[in-house]
Amino acid sequence: MAQPLERQQAKPHLAEEWVGKVYTLLCIAFLILTIFSLVYFVASKGLSTFFVNGVNVIDLLTGLKWAPEGEPRLFGALPFIFGSFSTSLLAAAIAAPLGFCASVFMVEIAPKFGRQYLQPVIELLAGIPSVVYGFVGLSVIVPFFRDVFPGQGVGIAAGAVVLSIMILPTITTIATDALAALPKGLKEGSYALGATRWQTIYRIVLPTTLPALMTGIVLGIARAFGEALAVQMVIGNAPHIPRSLFESASTLTSAITLSMGNTAMGTVANNALWSLALILMLMTFVFVFIVRWLERRSKI
Amino acid sequence: MPAFYNMNCQEKNKELEGELYEMKKTVMMLMVLALTVVLAACGQNNNSGGASPSPESSAPASESPAAELSGSLLATGSSALLPLVEQASKKFMDIHKGVSIQVQAGGSGTGLTQVSEGQSDIGNSDVFAEEKLDAAKAAELVDHQVAVVGMAAVVNPNVSVDSLTKQQLVDIFTGKVTNWKDLGGEDQKIQIINRPSSSGTRATFETYALGQKSEDLQGSIQEDSSGTVRKLVGETPGAIGYLALSYLDESIKVLKYDGVEATVENVANGTYPVWAYEHMYTKGEPSELAKAFLDFMLTDEIQNNDVVELGYIPANKMEIKRDVNGTITK
Amino acid sequence: MSAKTANKIATSVIVAVSGLIVLVLAGLLGYILVRGLGHISFDFLTSAPETIRRGGGIGPQLFNSVFLLFLTMIITIPLGLGAGIYMSEYAPANKVTNGIRLIVEVLSSVPSIIVGLFGLLVLVNLFGFGFSLFAGALALTVFNLPLMVRITEQGLRSVPREQKEASLALGLSKWKTITSVMLPIAMPVILTGTILAAGRVFGEAAALLFTAGMSSPRLDFSDWNPFSPFSPLNPFRPAETLAVHIWKINSEGLAPDAKEIAAGASAVLVITVLAFNFAARWLGRYLYRRFTAIK
Repeated sequence: MAQPLERQQAKPHLAEEWVGKVYTLLCIAFLILTIFSLVYFVASKGLSTFFVNGVNVIDLLTGLKWAPEGEPRLFGALPFIFGSFSTSLLAAAIAAPLGFCASVFMVEIAPKFGRQYLQPVIELLAGIPSVVYGFVGLSVIVPFFRDVFPGQGVGIAAGAVVLSIMILPTITTIATDALAALPKGLKEGSYALGATRWQTIYRIVLPTTLPALMTGIVLGIARAFGEALAVQMVIGNAPHIPRSLFESASTLTSAITLSMGNTAMGTVANNALWSLALILMLMTFVFVFIVRWLERRSKI
Repeated sequence: MPAFYNMNCQEKNKELEGELYEMKKTVMMLMVLALTVVLAACGQNNNSGGASPSPESSAPASESPAAELSGSLLATGSSALLPLVEQASKKFMDIHKGVSIQVQAGGSGTGLTQVSEGQSDIGNSDVFAEEKLDAAKAAELVDHQVAVVGMAAVVNPNVSVDSLTKQQLVDIFTGKVTNWKDLGGEDQKIQIINRPSSSGTRATFETYALGQKSEDLQGSIQEDSSGTVRKLVGETPGAIGYLALSYLDESIKVLKYDGVEATVENVANGTYPVWAYEHMYTKGEPSELAKAFLDFMLTDEIQNNDVVELGYIPANKMEIKRDVNGTITK
Repeated sequence: MSAKTANKIATSVIVAVSGLIVLVLAGLLGYILVRGLGHISFDFLTSAPETIRRGGGIGPQLFNSVFLLFLTMIITIPLGLGAGIYMSEYAPANKVTNGIRLIVEVLSSVPSIIVGLFGLLVLVNLFGFGFSLFAGALALTVFNLPLMVRITEQGLRSVPREQKEASLALGLSKWKTITSVMLPIAMPVILTGTILAAGRVFGEAAALLFTAGMSSPRLDFSDWNPFSPFSPLNPFRPAETLAVHIWKINSEGLAPDAKEIAAGASAVLVITVLAFNFAARWLGRYLYRRFTAIK
């Protein structure tokens, strides 16, 4: 009969489509579920410091003394927020020019040589695990800083140097992609007008790709902001705002790693650490939003 | 409705899509329900061994007769106690082939939390439970003191001071004294290597060496792990920190406390006061398997060999006892 | 300063900086390898760690790292592929899709320590999996998934439109087009990306500190029953990986040769990650040549 035959031919087609849609939809559902539960659980733990233990939000964000186990209990997280921002921003300040130079080298000055040698180097830097960076930082950078600069060797400077090497691949890769995506006509027009290569880079390439470069820098800052193990070994961990670049400081991540295992879940000391994690997570959202805003601007 | 083969392309598409949509809706609902059920089932599972149908479970009440022990135990908590418990567990498993003991680090706080919530059988802790948990939760736990750990103040080998009094230590750790020359040493700034305020090691040092809490001073360095503390003290000129006796080696210099040397004998006879018990807590009375293991920890085999080897002091060697409030009894 | 001089100066600065970066990497690798290679031996790679005596090894930790990577990948790859396919083929261009893209971006930026804490809270405590390979694998999945989605999307996008349209025109269902036509073409890109992601997973420690745990039980390598607590294949046992072990040895190492063990383990870890990188590049090049018949 004609009708069942056509239907029969349609059925496997149907089944395949159905399988495909359901399978991929489930995967996406899992993804969405994951992020929402991540946010939910971290937030519920972090917020319990305020709702269950009665700590004031403003006190947490602006207070200068952190003593959750002292008498009286103090929950000032400003030293950590300050530490996180200063190490990340300083790391980006170091890594951005380096990354820019590397990407210009790879795209403009020596493309073949660059792609063959510098690119693998950058990828390798990205692949080295963070525990190794922390260990090398503690063994090499801290003693070096201690001998050369006045201070303890540990601190924001040491943290920023270690972080800058870690985020260099991020910034370089994005910068390289941005530079390579430039329409050739732009550069050729500039050369045709008699500009030197540096003039072209400085006056044409850089301004045009600036939004994309900013994206890379912001992503680098976000990565540095969230790095825990490597930073904790070289930053000193005193819960104070340091008076110099070479004095012991703390970041949000180092504070969490340092004390999470020592506190019992459910206690106010533990909840306070979760609040720090919540701040960390919220900053991640802010970074993502900044990146999106930059991307939208670059599309104009 | 016309027969399928009579419809044109557009209508056929619509029909198929309609069917697809219906099927999709049903399947989605079924999948969501299934997922919810699975999640609920997993949530119910409180078994510290895991969610799979493991033939060895750790249900406390259903152990086999004493002669043939089997089952599994999970001990978590203090990383200072980890080496001892790990080593003892290996020996225990050699004797009782059917037993599996997992030992995890995670910190005293984690250990106490997990044993209190029932996720582990034994909680290893450097401090009394009352110091970390709320009184109600701590009251549910039963303490087993398996060893004693002594602690000493250590300095960088370049520091010429050999002994510090209690008051001098207090002055250092509260920031009143900042240069070694005020204590009879060279003109060298004192670099404090402290522990985080949540650390049990620090709590012990503060209670028994200082007699009061130390400050989180500006410019002090805080590290949680003994290995890092030892490294920093050994490398930083003018550094002072404190370590368990098991971590002492040639890279650092050990200070005497009020003139008393930090040795096992001095801790045992009570002349050196800077020490703490190592606790293994169970929730309520231990199960048969846990009790067997805890008893094993206190046998001479472990106490006189592993405990000493690892740098602790046997619990039964102590000539004095001390309770959570610090009261000493002979 | 004339434009030409400025150009020369700028060029030399850029070349110098690039050279500096290469030097830094060379120094880093050199430092790790020189300190650690000497300590590596077959014994080191297969024996269990010693707490206080000399001569400990990294055998179980190395196995754990590999096994954990394997478990993570068998969870992540199907999920990542599925989600990536949805995003590039099935998702309508509307606000919901934009929202999902935002979610993927956010997930990829979440610091690994937070993933680890989440794992501790939900997988270890709430679901009761305890410190286990399974909890670690799930935590790493959360960490790895956005990367896989991005890789899949990239790969599918690299497939020429004509191939896809030709397949659909021939009457193949969309799903069959994707699986039989597009995925094989996208395979080099996806595979390369997956191997690089695997390298990242291999070196991850922060997310595992609180989920897979910091110790490994005594393993009987002849026991292949995945349900036995002694078997290395049991996914519900705690499993300290190589990266976590390095962290632990550096922090709490009591053995007299702790420094050498840490150096040796770091060297092994770095060499493995290097191997992943090289394998990814080589495989990508090889598959590309095979599939596009460029010789």
